[in-house]
Amino acid sequence: MIAALILAVSFAVLLQFFVSYCRSLIAACAGEELSLDAREVTGINGRSVAGDEFGRLVQLIQLCPEAGADGNRLRAVGLYFRMMNLLRDTGRRLAPTVADWAEAERQACAYFAAVALDHRIAHSRDLLAEQSSTNF
Amino acid sequence: MLGAFGINIARFFVFQRFGFSSIEYKYFYYYSDALWTIFLYISVLALYQLVFKEMGVSRQIRAGSIVLLGATVVFSYLVVREHRTQLTNHFVVELSQNLYFVGVVLTYLLWAAVIKLRETRTRLVQLVLALGIYFSASAGAYALRNMYPGLPITKFIPPLAGTFLPLAWAYTFWRVSEDARLAPARLTAQNR
Repeated sequence: MIAALILAVSFAVLLQFFVSYCRSLIAACAGEELSLDAREVTGINGRSVAGDEFGRLVQLIQLCPEAGADGNRLRAVGLYFRMMNLLRDTGRRLAPTVADWAEAERQACAYFAAVALDHRIAHSRDLLAEQSSTNF
Repeated sequence: MLGAFGINIARFFVFQRFGFSSIEYKYFYYYSDALWTIFLYISVLALYQLVFKEMGVSRQIRAGSIVLLGATVVFSYLVVREHRTQLTNHFVVELSQNLYFVGVVLTYLLWAAVIKLRETRTRLVQLVLALGIYFSASAGAYALRNMYPGLPITKFIPPLAGTFLPLAWAYTFWRVSEDARLAPARLTAQNR
């Protein structure tokens, strides 16, 4: 009985902490402007990115070498994005407000992916510059 | 983190000397896990003191935490006393479950304080949230193991959570600057 109660409470709290943690990762990137390079590569203009772009952006990210420990952040936000997909699809039929909120979250995830791509492009350029300087 | 490093080195030596399936390794693993949880309580206390720094209530926080820890030990003892015949495995799982759950409660209260006091330090917020994920995943896994002892998934969750915590903290310390700030309203799941 006590174990079941602990399991239920822990699961609810885990979900809440995970959502807040992902939102804190996304919020930390929300204020960053995309560089011209990233805009050219992704075709994104302005600060708004459609949620459906997330998958394409992740594919582009995977083409660049990993910059630091950003892989774990991307995996966490990827999982959050899938949760939001599920919530949006369920919410469409049951609660349109929830679906709208989930869509806004998907857009925030996509912007996070665009910023991550920007960091990876910058990292790749640094690596290339470093390699060129050691060759000459 | 230094405590975790020390515990893992000691675990490795016990593992090398006695082997994975030995009773010595099993007991060392679970009892060092309890010790590690107590190290984490100290981290939570330090985070409490950071959050409540300006309110000057650190003595009350310390006293409250000691009372809570004492209550957990007494509660665990009472639960285990009822299962005297299977004191070995049951005891360690029950103790870990209760210790991690106290961690969940402590971290959740801290998180509530962070939201209520409109804490904006990104680093602090991410440290608290990562700790919350670790405690709740571990408490849930031990509770599940307590209910269904043979369930294989329960053996994988604590090591996964144990890998997540140092990675998340390392990322926070290395990549998030001390001056970085967040709007607290962005963190709670509500319609924007």
